[in-house]
Amino acid sequence: MDLVTEFTIFVLAAFVGFEVISKVPATLHTPLMSQTNAIHGIVMLGGLIVAGYAEGALELTLAFIAIAFGAINIVGGFMVTDRMLGMFSRKKPKPADGEKGS
Amino acid sequence: MLTAVIEPGGDLSTLLYVLSFSLFIVGIKQGTSPTTAKRGNMIAAVGMAIAVVTTLLLDGIGNWGVIIGGLLVGGAVGVVASIRVQMTEMPQMVALYNGVGGGAVALISWSEFRHGVGGDFPLEEFIPILFAAVIGSISFWGSNIAFAKLQDLIPTKPLAVPGQQVINAVLLVAIVGICVYLGINHGDDPSQGLFILVLVLAALLGNLVVLPIGGADMPVVISLLNAATGLSAAAAGFSLDNVALIVAGTIVGSSGTILTMEMATAMNRSVPNILFAGFGGAPAGGAGGSGEERPHRSVTAQDAAISLAYADSVVIVPGYGLAVAQAQHAVKEMADELEKRGVEVRYAIHPVAGRMPGHMNVLLAEADVPYEKLVEMEEINPDMPRTSVAVVIGANDVTNPAAENDPDSPIAGMPIIEVANAQQVIVIKRSLSPGFAGIDNDLFYLEKTAMLFDDAKKAAQEIASEVTKL
Repeated sequence: MDLVTEFTIFVLAAFVGFEVISKVPATLHTPLMSQTNAIHGIVMLGGLIVAGYAEGALELTLAFIAIAFGAINIVGGFMVTDRMLGMFSRKKPKPADGEKGS
Repeated sequence: MLTAVIEPGGDLSTLLYVLSFSLFIVGIKQGTSPTTAKRGNMIAAVGMAIAVVTTLLLDGIGNWGVIIGGLLVGGAVGVVASIRVQMTEMPQMVALYNGVGGGAVALISWSEFRHGVGGDFPLEEFIPILFAAVIGSISFWGSNIAFAKLQDLIPTKPLAVPGQQVINAVLLVAIVGICVYLGINHGDDPSQGLFILVLVLAALLGNLVVLPIGGADMPVVISLLNAATGLSAAAAGFSLDNVALIVAGTIVGSSGTILTMEMATAMNRSVPNILFAGFGGAPAGGAGGSGEERPHRSVTAQDAAISLAYADSVVIVPGYGLAVAQAQHAVKEMADELEKRGVEVRYAIHPVAGRMPGHMNVLLAEADVPYEKLVEMEEINPDMPRTSVAVVIGANDVTNPAAENDPDSPIAGMPIIEVANAQQVIVIKRSLSPGFAGIDNDLFYLEKTAMLFDDAKKAAQEIASEVTKL
């Protein structure tokens, strides 16, 4: 892919990112940050690619750590986000419990 | 040569990448609404799985020992850490995950640099590599400092280093200078030593930028570093000619920037202000000097129980102290006991209660506090004057009247929950020590304020049992 095409994609993606986040309730700031955090774990793909042509101990080590770091970012990121959001989905009000609010 | 790595996948790999980042966009979009957020996260995770599998199938992927080892080790660490982490420690966990992402970018750039040296090294690959290396390194170290601060491994108070701004500026100039030098000479074997120097200087800058920032501002900083890591991932995508990296990284970069600004607005802070000013180190002039003991009223759990049991309406203001003490269940029990006696109990949620926006909602939801009882700051403040008792549990700065009354205060202008307007205030706290902002809280010394010095959980349990005896 040539540089101009990549640059076009970059600019359009930037606008998508700006548009997709519109007035988020404060409650969701942390989970959403955590989710986008997991998404930038995509750099692990870079680790997989450089592992392909890594030669010598140093480069192999670099690739290994990069892949491990990326995997932590992805797996941990999505799982932690899921745990946070799980707390929200369980908000079934218990009608019989206690007296009703005014 | 580099293009050949991705080329074998050709149209198929590109289409799969398009599918994967489309899922990211849908996932983020759904993450902005409470009803769809959980599904959105799943959708994004599926997108990630598609991207990873696609890449593993590309021609030219090799050294499987390294790949499988890295995936297993990283995956295992991620799973265990996510399961083990307490809800209260979520913010620092996010910081840590963000840090390793930045670290991965920096290491990949280094690999790319070594790979390119000696051969044909086009500037359009060289520049993104340098950019990714610098931002990745800053993000790694900055996030680690944020983690250490939130985990109380280093003092959360703003640490002022003399000449801070000057040192940072010099570091930045040095980094840019070396990068420009490397860029000009990219054709004839750029020195790896200089590249490593860039990584080190960027690491130093990451440390120095985050160290002086007070703990209260940390959420905004983590969000900003998150956006930065996204951008560095996009830069790595440019050098690797990988469209998935470019799109996903850029979207995280731009959406993260918006999110950062929204968070800062919720705290009435501006991003440059946080980065370059920190909360002033010394206590505010008007708030009276630190050191001398100011008069305050201290009560027992029994006294507090009596005030609460005979109140008409009670507003509970939870803060980080509640989170650390794991007191959410005990507080819920206390509220249940009060409600049995016909007391109206509500919870006032400051936008940044806890250590991150939304953190307190998560904790209280875990204790089965009904969603309707959580009231946002703007809605509860007008109700304060007709509230019999406001119970502040482990919160501090978000209730400090100095934010409204004292224009010289470091937190001046920060929106607060106006507990000082309630008819009576009970503050459950272990001591009079200042909170995250590192400043004294005038609320503690008001005539209508009663201090209950205890651990939040223990105090809530005692109050609950005292209420049942009444």
